[in-house]
Amino acid sequence: MAALCVEELLARAEQRAAEQHRSVAVEKELELEFDLGNLLALDRNPPPSMPRAAGAQRESRLRSLARDNTQLLVAQLWGLPAGRAEGATGPLVAQLPEPSYRLPREKPLPRPRPPTRWEQFARLKGIRRRKRTSLVWDEAAKQWRRRWGYERAGGDPARDWLIEVPAGADPNEDQFAKRLRDKREKVARNEFNRLRNIARGALPGRGLHPTGHQSRAELGRATQVARVSTASLGRFQPRLPKEPAAPPPRGGKKRHFEPLLGDLAAERSRQLELLRGLGSKKPPLDLTRAVNKQLREEDAQAAAGKGRKRGQRGKRGRQRPGGGKGPAGGKGKKGGARRQQQRPAGRKRS
Amino acid sequence: MEALDRVVKPKTKRAKRFLEKREPKLTENTKNAILIKGGNANLTVTETLKDIYALKKPFAVLYKKKNITRPFEDQTSLEFFSKKSDCSLFLFGSHNKKRPNNLIIGRMFDYHVLDMIELGIEKFVSLKDIKNSKCPEGTKPMLIFAGDTFDLNEEYRRLKSLLIDFFRGPTVPTIRLAGLEYVLHFTAMDGKIYMRSYKVLLKKSGCKIPRIELEEMGPSLDLVMRRTHLASEDLYKLSLKQPKALKPKKKKNISHDVFGTSYGRIHMQKQDLSKLQTRKMKGLKKRPAAKMTEEDEGISQKKLKSV
Repeated sequence: MAALCVEELLARAEQRAAEQHRSVAVEKELELEFDLGNLLALDRNPPPSMPRAAGAQRESRLRSLARDNTQLLVAQLWGLPAGRAEGATGPLVAQLPEPSYRLPREKPLPRPRPPTRWEQFARLKGIRRRKRTSLVWDEAAKQWRRRWGYERAGGDPARDWLIEVPAGADPNEDQFAKRLRDKREKVARNEFNRLRNIARGALPGRGLHPTGHQSRAELGRATQVARVSTASLGRFQPRLPKEPAAPPPRGGKKRHFEPLLGDLAAERSRQLELLRGLGSKKPPLDLTRAVNKQLREEDAQAAAGKGRKRGQRGKRGRQRPGGGKGPAGGKGKKGGARRQQQRPAGRKRS
Repeated sequence: MEALDRVVKPKTKRAKRFLEKREPKLTENTKNAILIKGGNANLTVTETLKDIYALKKPFAVLYKKKNITRPFEDQTSLEFFSKKSDCSLFLFGSHNKKRPNNLIIGRMFDYHVLDMIELGIEKFVSLKDIKNSKCPEGTKPMLIFAGDTFDLNEEYRRLKSLLIDFFRGPTVPTIRLAGLEYVLHFTAMDGKIYMRSYKVLLKKSGCKIPRIELEEMGPSLDLVMRRTHLASEDLYKLSLKQPKALKPKKKKNISHDVFGTSYGRIHMQKQDLSKLQTRKMKGLKKRPAAKMTEEDEGISQKKLKSV
């Protein structure tokens, strides 16, 4: 009797559990695709076609379809790792993954701006930005003042009621006017350089000035780019009447050989030049120039490749006497070859 | 910094902030939408625009005046509006005899029209026609697309992408599970697209996952696709390009096998195994050689003596 009751109870409990699970279970032919980052569900199953269904019937069928799909999406969302925001009693919050459905951007990718003239120089030399303190000790006022701006250290230069005439200057010159003029010139020069940097940053194809105020060099570059942008890379482009002829093709992969019995005079002059070079006492290689070039290359490589830590190498390298071998032996084929070239030349001449 | 690289630099901080908000960035802002009325927009179209504005509330602008343009012929005025209000999505409503209750939904890339799809409204039920409680403004909706046409047909695929873009809302890292109140369901069936919005009621079920009941809430539209103006493949591919910096960095030297065990790799320098630091055992310690020989002698002598 008790056993039967127990069995009954168990069966009832199982039934109830099955019912509950049934209430959240949904049958679908094809699985849905989910993008939880966008709260998106894509159902690939063909919809039940109802061509002549009336309004209400269609609505109810659409609604049941929507209910099933929403149930599946919510089941997925409830499966995400969740936590409680703001302590144990806060609302239940789920961590959404990154959206996976690719949507087009609204603006193109940001382009990195080209470095200015100073930035290029600083990169070459390995000069880094020094972080300046925001406050400076002002001796006269005996307190920490800001470097520039309202109540700056060193007093506001515009409020000086007295300017000493410097040693080598004309005594009748108006120093106040001179100071004003200098400041205006500095501002104008700064602005001019800024605009020049912006203009230089624009490539010939990209940044042609719309109203035609280009320099001759820019126009030349633009025509060159235009000429080469045909399907045959400009080989069959006719030249304009006054355009200079094409520069002779430099040796690419195929070397250019002179004909055997060509210009006798040119051949003679070439041979004499060669003999003259061999016979002269001066070395054909300017040692100091070569060494300086090599050191400059090393500076640039050290600053760019090894990074911040070796920033000051450039300056140290320069101070060493000329001809010193660089810090690392193998810099690359070019460096090695050049060094080897230097050595025999030096030995022969010494 | 693009704002400071312009020929005319901004003179105030506010202007600088304004320009920085609009310049291209790695992670972009949420897309805004402009809702425009055409030269002759009738009641249906105006109501539709107002309802969709209510759905997209903080990220949309509704233009009150009528603008007499034809988007499919001339896109310059749309592009001008988009540039002025920094919106990359638009919805243009108009009505004439040939195309009644017309809605043109589109998006922009770099302030130029990328995709435009013209839809005709066959039936429209507005928010205020359905009398029940609505969900709060600015809720992120759940989006569901049903029907295989959305995958098979190229135009429908673009329409799906457009609709997701339009109704998506801001991208959030976490979401409150009780706040999932609102679902937009699009069904492609018999050549028409049925858009329905339902309010989600989470009912108790035995297990952790609640049972869903839906209640029709918002605007419901029956749409039919008319003309399209889709972007070319390469322009579309260009617009899809994501910056490399945002790609998730792959962790090196970690591998997983079939059973889920994760293996790591450590790269070591060459070790001198004779100088390895192991546990010290005093009994096995090497004694100096002299002591060894002395002991040997001592032992052998002792042996001799005993014998």
